[in-house]
Amino acid sequence: MSDLPVLSILIAIPLVGAIVTAFLPAHLARLAGLVFAGLTLAWGAIAAVTSYSLDGGMQLTETHAWIEALGVHYALGVDGLGLLMVLLTAVLVPVVLVASWHEADELGNSGSRTFVAWVLALEAMSLAVFSATDVFLFYVVFEATLIPAYFLIGGFGRIGRGRAATKFLIYQLAGGLIMLGSVIGLYVVSANSGNPSFLLSDLAALDIDPITQRWLFVGFFIAFAIKAPMFPVHTWLADTTEKATTGTSVLLVCVLDKIGTFGMLRFCLGLLPDASQWATPVVVVLALISIVYGALVAIGQDDLLRLIGLTSLSHFGFIVLGIFVFSSQGLSGSILYMVNHGIGTAALFLAAGYLVRRRGTASIRLMGGGMEKVAPVLAGAFLISALAAAGLPGLSPFVSEMLVIIAAFDHAWWAGAIAVTAIVLAAIYALWMYQRAMTGPGAVDLVDAHTDAQPVTVGAAGGTGSGSHPAVPGVGTGSRSAVPTTSMRDLDAREVGTLAPLLLALVLLGFFPMPLLDVINPHVADLMSDVGVSDAEPQVSGSHSSQGDTDE
Amino acid sequence: MNEFVKPVVDYFELLPLLIVSGVACLGVVIEAFAPRRMRYLAQVVLALAGLSVALVVVVLIARDAKVYADGAARGILSVGGTIAVDGPTLFLWGLILVLALAGVLLFAERHLGGGVSAFAGQAAALPGTEAEREASTSGLDHTEVYPLLMFAVFGMLLFPSANDLLTMFVGLEVLSLPLYLLCGLARRRRLLSQEAALKYFLLGAFSSGFFLYGVALVYGYAGSMNFAAINEAVRNDAGNSALLLIGIGLISVGLFFKVGAAPFHAWTPDVYQGAPTPVTAFMAAATKVAAFGAILRLFYVAFGSDRWSWQPMMWVIAILTMLVGAILAITQTDVKRLLAYSSVAHTGFILTGVLGIQATSDLAPGEVTALQAVLFYLATYGFATLGAFAVVGLVRDSGGEVTALDRWAGLGKESPVVAGVFAFFLLAMAGIPLTSGFVGKLAVFSVALAAGAWPVVAVAIIASIIAAFLYIRVIKAMYFDDPIGDGPTVVFPSVLTATTIALGAAVTLMLGVLPGPLLDLAGLAGQFLR
Repeated sequence: MSDLPVLSILIAIPLVGAIVTAFLPAHLARLAGLVFAGLTLAWGAIAAVTSYSLDGGMQLTETHAWIEALGVHYALGVDGLGLLMVLLTAVLVPVVLVASWHEADELGNSGSRTFVAWVLALEAMSLAVFSATDVFLFYVVFEATLIPAYFLIGGFGRIGRGRAATKFLIYQLAGGLIMLGSVIGLYVVSANSGNPSFLLSDLAALDIDPITQRWLFVGFFIAFAIKAPMFPVHTWLADTTEKATTGTSVLLVCVLDKIGTFGMLRFCLGLLPDASQWATPVVVVLALISIVYGALVAIGQDDLLRLIGLTSLSHFGFIVLGIFVFSSQGLSGSILYMVNHGIGTAALFLAAGYLVRRRGTASIRLMGGGMEKVAPVLAGAFLISALAAAGLPGLSPFVSEMLVIIAAFDHAWWAGAIAVTAIVLAAIYALWMYQRAMTGPGAVDLVDAHTDAQPVTVGAAGGTGSGSHPAVPGVGTGSRSAVPTTSMRDLDAREVGTLAPLLLALVLLGFFPMPLLDVINPHVADLMSDVGVSDAEPQVSGSHSSQGDTDE
Repeated sequence: MNEFVKPVVDYFELLPLLIVSGVACLGVVIEAFAPRRMRYLAQVVLALAGLSVALVVVVLIARDAKVYADGAARGILSVGGTIAVDGPTLFLWGLILVLALAGVLLFAERHLGGGVSAFAGQAAALPGTEAEREASTSGLDHTEVYPLLMFAVFGMLLFPSANDLLTMFVGLEVLSLPLYLLCGLARRRRLLSQEAALKYFLLGAFSSGFFLYGVALVYGYAGSMNFAAINEAVRNDAGNSALLLIGIGLISVGLFFKVGAAPFHAWTPDVYQGAPTPVTAFMAAATKVAAFGAILRLFYVAFGSDRWSWQPMMWVIAILTMLVGAILAITQTDVKRLLAYSSVAHTGFILTGVLGIQATSDLAPGEVTALQAVLFYLATYGFATLGAFAVVGLVRDSGGEVTALDRWAGLGKESPVVAGVFAFFLLAMAGIPLTSGFVGKLAVFSVALAAGAWPVVAVAIIASIIAAFLYIRVIKAMYFDDPIGDGPTVVFPSVLTATTIALGAAVTLMLGVLPGPLLDLAGLAGQFLR
């Protein structure tokens, strides 16, 4: 197996799948798509188990000259971070395909065949992003992910999706082009030093002068901040998750957005360590604003899918905070967070998607609660996912959130203090969301809900003040009225099948995160030595770090 | 002045020029003597054959070209040093000939118009008169367009190879005059077309005047028309430098007019919109290639030693051009005008590459040179533009081509293939990876950045973002907007247009995925011969 181009094959499987499914009849396309996604997952898992060692460093590398005139290589390889992201992608895609089994036909006008093909194309490009070790190749696939994402958002989802897709693409392209400046800058720096190249390994060896480094950093960081997303360039996020199908949202938020934080680790820290430290104060403040602001705005949302999208703003704030406090706990916590957030938010989006499909509206106000009684499995799954988002101990996001907060306290007490408030805010948005959407007496007769919904929802919300909440315009499928609660079905086997593995992973990794940390820690050690910082500030490190790592 | 020396004419190296001009003259003869019904076939076959042979000859010349200094340059100077058949010339000749071949195919398309070409039945018949109706009912067809096209191609071949200011002026005029005429020959919307032609002609003649005045001033400075001699004079600082600077400025006006750089771009949208779409496609692609070839040679060879003087000017022009093109493109509601403004923006991007010239000693081994980057960009731009305009010709309703952007809504459902191909060309123009436009952009930006022109690159990136918005808007309209009324219909093209579009798409994709060979070829072309 060691001679095989493992990663190339991994990327090729979904890519071939995308092309094949695009030409199959619709009923076969879904099945074929699932087979290809399953093959990808199997191949990825086999490769991880058999070929990846826990020593750290780049592994499974392949390097071939691509465009010699520009010093461009087709170079792949994964380190601990890359491996986890690759596996996360490979796990989530089949889940999304199963979860969207019927949805693509209903919400899109291009049919499920197109949906499946674009999803597989997106998977292939994402896998390539996480395993590219040449900056040019990275940039190419980084931008290439946008095309399938654009058509997934614009082609499938609720009314207004075309506009949302355009907004998404403009933001991402703007970020990408700004990054292009830095990518070219890196090339020029390498050319000036006598060896024009785009290879990460060559670029890491460069000695870039501080001023240049800062400019390059700014270019990369803006692009990744838009991608991640961070305050103040997050505004595409909620619009996109509101209009897209939840399957698409899972891929966007849980896979594509990870490219942002992945890129910060790989490029900002890996190639421009001095500039990263120079920028730390600003980045930490932005991250803290993202954390608190994201949570606050999420609390105020009426659209369930917008709400969940905005919680991610808060979560990405945590991830970025962990990255830029420069300690091994922070970095481990962030990388772990990236995985946990992927799993937890995917579960939350999918559960919310099932709820929205049953209700016919994404507006919490119009839903009117009452789901707990008629659909206990759905309500339970939704609750677990929501609590995971809120960082409940025992579920995996808690571990990573804890690590990041400890690292933040290490960095500066005020940073930790501000970050901690998000735990309270997260509890508010998670529990209140659950309460309004699921509990209560239930809407007995909501057929005319869109004209006169106020009395019912006030009762359902139990005096929490949602009655005075301003009505949010553009509520999902505006023409369809909410469906009476009594006619709801609980989750069927297919839907349970998509949520169960995710919830299981949340619980298992919550109690036993060591397998992930075993992969992460060597990588973190490499990163720390790259950046040239070490932990061991005696007054804080001792007791806290041992607790953070072992208490779970 | 010494006594007259008969210049040596290297007939083999000049064969492409001779073939193309010969074919053009032959076309005129056919027009005069062949019976009307034979003309179309004869002209098309003759044009295609002539261009193909010329292309083969270019390849042969390139194979046998004399190499100087370890491949730093290749080729010869001919006709007393007035025409340089060197690496860059051969590259541009090849490119222009391929674009011209595709142009002939577009010109020859008759299927789209329901059996008639895109050109007026009888240009002399005034619009809306009895004579015009008669001409169109009797199925007249202007086959003069093929000789005109060939003359334009001849001018385009001469223009970038001119190593002498007068020869360059001759090339400029020979390429321009047939184009002025071709622009006014549209079969439909003839008034718009004639207005475009007149506007193009007046402004073009005006800019030629500037060019000629500049030539005179530079001659006054250097005492020679020859680029090498001018360079020598510039290096020795031999005369009144005010003459030189004003001369450079005036010549630049003429050249910037041809490439459509701001503030000399005003003709571009009107002419692109009014001209028959095949002419627009050919002109947009090939004129820019030829004119940039001339700009490169003039500034690198003749004024190369004085680049501190002209680089700042080029900075300003490039920045202005990119911003004007990108921003004004946003407000357009017509696809052809939109593509015209986008071509203005592309002019700015190419200028970004042009100003990225560095001394050879400043370049790392293997680093992309400015010349290489610009040549590559011209190739990517030429094919994407040609393809995009060819697609515009397919979208029609009963009144001919539909170019209003809002009427393109829903094209993705009407014809997924056509919309997909057009979207692909737009993405290439936006510089999305895996299309040729991206590699081109990367190349020109990196040479500009290497030359220290970071403000220009910063503006270029901002302009790219603005332009990206524009292209996405079109894609959104095609795929996600609901059609107005019945929506546009796509006329299935004949093999001629289909070949052109396929060529454009294939090259755009190939240069995006595997740009290596062409980049190497552009690098192999080496420097200009002095």
